[in-house]
Amino acid sequence: MSDGIGARVPRKEDKRFITGKGKYTDDIRMENQAYAAFVRSPHAAAKVTGIDALAAEAMEGVIAVHTGPQMKDDGIGDLITGWSITSKDGSPMQCGAWSPMVTENARYVGDAVAIVVAETQEQARRAAEAVEVSYEELPATVYVDQAVKDGAPQVHGNVPGNMIYDWEIGDKAKADAGFAAAAHITEMEIVNNRLSPNAMEPRSAVAVFDEAEDHYTLYTTSQNPHVARLVLSAFYNVAPEHKLRVIAPDVGGGFGSKIYIYPEEITCLWASMKTGRSVKWTSDRSEAFMTDAHGRDHVTKMRMGFDAEGKILAFETDTLANLGAYVSLFATVTPTYLHGTLLSGCYAMPAIYGNVKAVHTNTAPVDAYRGAGRPEATYSVERMMETAAREMGMDPAELRRKNFITEFPYQTEVILQYDSGDYHKTLDMAQEAADVAGFAARKAEAASRGKLRGIGYSTFVEACGIAPSAAVGSLGAAVGLWESAEVRVNPVGTIEILTGCHSHGQGHETTFAQLAADRFGIPIENVAIVHGDTDKVQFGMGTYGSRSGPVGMSAIVKALDKVEAKAKKIAAHTLEASEDDLVIEGGEVKVAGTDKSMAWHEVGLAAYIAHNLPEGMEPGLKEASFYDPANFSFPAGALICEVEVDPDTGVTEIVQFTAVDDFGTVINPMIVEGQVHGGVAQGIGQALLEQVVYDEDGQLITGSYMDYTMPRAGDLPSFTLDHGCTPSPLNPLGVKGCGEAGAIGAPPAVINAITDAIGNNDLQMPATPLAVWTALQATKTPMAAE
Amino acid sequence: MYPTNYHKPSSVADAASLLSGGEAAKVLAGGQTLLPTMKQHLAAPSDLVDVRGIDGMEGVTASNGTITIGAATRHADVESNADVKSHIPALAALAGGIGDPAVRSMGTIGGSIANNDPAADYPSAVLGLGGTVVTNKREIAADEFFQGMFGTALDEDEIITAVRFPVPSKAAYAKFPNPASRYAMVGVFVAQTDSGVRVAITGAGDDGVFRHEGLEQALSGSFSADAVDGVAVGEDGMLSDIHGTAAYRANLVSVMAKRAVDAAG
Repeated sequence: MSDGIGARVPRKEDKRFITGKGKYTDDIRMENQAYAAFVRSPHAAAKVTGIDALAAEAMEGVIAVHTGPQMKDDGIGDLITGWSITSKDGSPMQCGAWSPMVTENARYVGDAVAIVVAETQEQARRAAEAVEVSYEELPATVYVDQAVKDGAPQVHGNVPGNMIYDWEIGDKAKADAGFAAAAHITEMEIVNNRLSPNAMEPRSAVAVFDEAEDHYTLYTTSQNPHVARLVLSAFYNVAPEHKLRVIAPDVGGGFGSKIYIYPEEITCLWASMKTGRSVKWTSDRSEAFMTDAHGRDHVTKMRMGFDAEGKILAFETDTLANLGAYVSLFATVTPTYLHGTLLSGCYAMPAIYGNVKAVHTNTAPVDAYRGAGRPEATYSVERMMETAAREMGMDPAELRRKNFITEFPYQTEVILQYDSGDYHKTLDMAQEAADVAGFAARKAEAASRGKLRGIGYSTFVEACGIAPSAAVGSLGAAVGLWESAEVRVNPVGTIEILTGCHSHGQGHETTFAQLAADRFGIPIENVAIVHGDTDKVQFGMGTYGSRSGPVGMSAIVKALDKVEAKAKKIAAHTLEASEDDLVIEGGEVKVAGTDKSMAWHEVGLAAYIAHNLPEGMEPGLKEASFYDPANFSFPAGALICEVEVDPDTGVTEIVQFTAVDDFGTVINPMIVEGQVHGGVAQGIGQALLEQVVYDEDGQLITGSYMDYTMPRAGDLPSFTLDHGCTPSPLNPLGVKGCGEAGAIGAPPAVINAITDAIGNNDLQMPATPLAVWTALQATKTPMAAE
Repeated sequence: MYPTNYHKPSSVADAASLLSGGEAAKVLAGGQTLLPTMKQHLAAPSDLVDVRGIDGMEGVTASNGTITIGAATRHADVESNADVKSHIPALAALAGGIGDPAVRSMGTIGGSIANNDPAADYPSAVLGLGGTVVTNKREIAADEFFQGMFGTALDEDEIITAVRFPVPSKAAYAKFPNPASRYAMVGVFVAQTDSGVRVAITGAGDDGVFRHEGLEQALSGSFSADAVDGVAVGEDGMLSDIHGTAAYRANLVSVMAKRAVDAAG
């Protein structure tokens, strides 16, 4: 079947996207719609001593100005965190309260202080400028290393030393023993740079309060509308779940930043009730830079011990993680269970110890961003492997091979059990595709042009398909991480699949439809995917962590199984055959070895006409499934980057980039390659270009594209991609997840290539021309005078 | 954007009177800086006086070793102009490297030099070629026109009508773009002119575009990349920010100067 599993089916949704017909939150127009603008703190740390809104309230078109204390008085709750982490001393984590609008102290530049609702967006914005807020400025803590110093200004009164938690994983004593026995120890300090997610569509909300029904509707840019509804209901007291409908229509990219429920959405809902108007707010790009949850921001000291042959004996990391001014929804799990659990990489490490201290600073909240913890772990492990190989005079690929895990399932020292993989194979394929054998000649040729050519590897493994509910519950998660699906066969045989996942660029409308097309042999045009509306779709957990394949599609498969079973019962009854003799192919249910068959749509019709169903069978053909995964899935791959550095300017050009990934079963190779392209582009962005910078007062320096460098097409090479395949044995399709692999694997490959080119391992991301040139100068330092 | 009054005068005289008549009137000459600034509420002119379309303010004329470019001539038109390409190819290339196609289709030479952004490209060409800025009141030599970051010799009600460039025997512009904004982090314009070698540098200086005497002297002796090597370009007066330290910019001035000299042939 041409539309089935493994087919490169063009994306069904692209017609509306590329013709400008997508329907995004900002496209929603309600009758009686008003616009919101937020008054934001210009200070990183300040006590709000007064708010004078009289002038603003008197301005043309202004409907209302509201503040944090009013919201608190109305019983709207503080924002919550979805995962509790326990410190190594057994104490629970400590974090400061986050009210949707400031009630007393502003804690980062951009913290919302008041909301203005007006007839037009421009009126709201101008009135927001006219709200006079008196601040008493306070000293700010901005950087992660500064936050843990004695006497650092405390971001929250109830969090001493700004320490949210001091968490550990692995076995310190075992690691120490490994280092004691080591023939070689490599030590490094690395920075995982702070990133801004930069979804093309900024965050947006339209809040609609229906006074007659005492009901709210929220249109918003969410990756997980049901989770948003649950949190808004259960914790923020906006409305009970049955009185709140959350709709996430077309969403233009998320990368994690749209998982979370932010202050603005909550405040718009409340403001809709206060004003009796529908309230729309759409972030501009400046607000996005200031207030969208940032990603990464780790500083890690690490060491790895090897025996004389290069076998790893122990790995130890000590990480400071910046969570910003407030603890966002999944901020606490990212540096811990999504990072520490991947410290084994794809290597057999007999001893691992990881320590993570998470701190508050007067900066925007930091939460999961494409990859979430796994890029940080991979960057540590893969920079370490390359650097250690160089120090020991070994080929970096051979050092990796010597330590690869080869037998599965493999229980690591840091909780996870890897399901399947063939790390040698993907590395072999990548080395061949990248023509590693010809590198020396290419390097010599580049040198003749005055360029420094380098090659770098990254052999990564990551954990997707978050996650087995009971397991994550035991680690502190407040929710289960199963997924739901409902398959509705219509009387004419067309199909709707309702999924609890949400597509914001991933192509679910095509990939998910391929599952039904494959199963019943019908064209994918006859399959529609429904998602993103809590009134239409059963409860689901949403899309993040590359879970829509391994978890979301597994739920669909389970529901398809049930539909197929019932369809066969109906067909068997009609055709007077045994169910066991039936096969479904080419849009027909056939009795194997005979010419007896029923068209698929006839089965649908029979189910709903219900004139002739098997004894006791209910009419209809609609089945649901809630699928809870047995484990994470573990995509892996080998990435090889080749760069040329201009020694005069420090400019790095990526001349070749090869990625051979093992995502298990691939449903739509074209979409998967698109995901890899996007992920690698973001990984290269992190490695070469992107960095959120605050000055020492906590002012955001990179507040626009004038200073925040996004990857452009010209910064990227044409990628060479291939796939190895070891299907996951733990889910029905054998899929592993592909959404984040590029962002996870690419950064160390790029930096390893640059450090190879310049002959200096001391280089941090982003490797801007300035950073590379500076590192090159260090290699030229003249010998001290004798 | 705050409300503003838009005017489209048909003569320079009308433009000048609108400019002096408005409470806080500004010339709109493409608007590639002004309009984004207004959208961000960082500027709120009472009146915008659009000088595009005024007779005689657009287009290129070539005569007697001089290229004259109307102040409202768009970058894209300078980039593609046959006279500019044949007489001062460095200027055509510079215009073709400003911003992106959208900017080049709207932005004008007059708007660029009147704004004198310290990272803009055009000021280095005007200064490097020893051009003359023609206004509705007078002619101003390049050396007098640029007066520090965002500063010019223009009076409040003065309007640039054209820029005159003497045709050099050799010239080239080499730009190192800021990785984020793609403005010049360092742009070096070198020219061999009748009045000697001129080297103008944009993007790098902490007070806007400037001439580099040391490089001019060295290149007057020998117009070659090797001559640049003998000049120690100091960090003093260089900008320093997250994209480039003063030391890095000083290095880039040397590197871009060499590339410009090589390109000038």
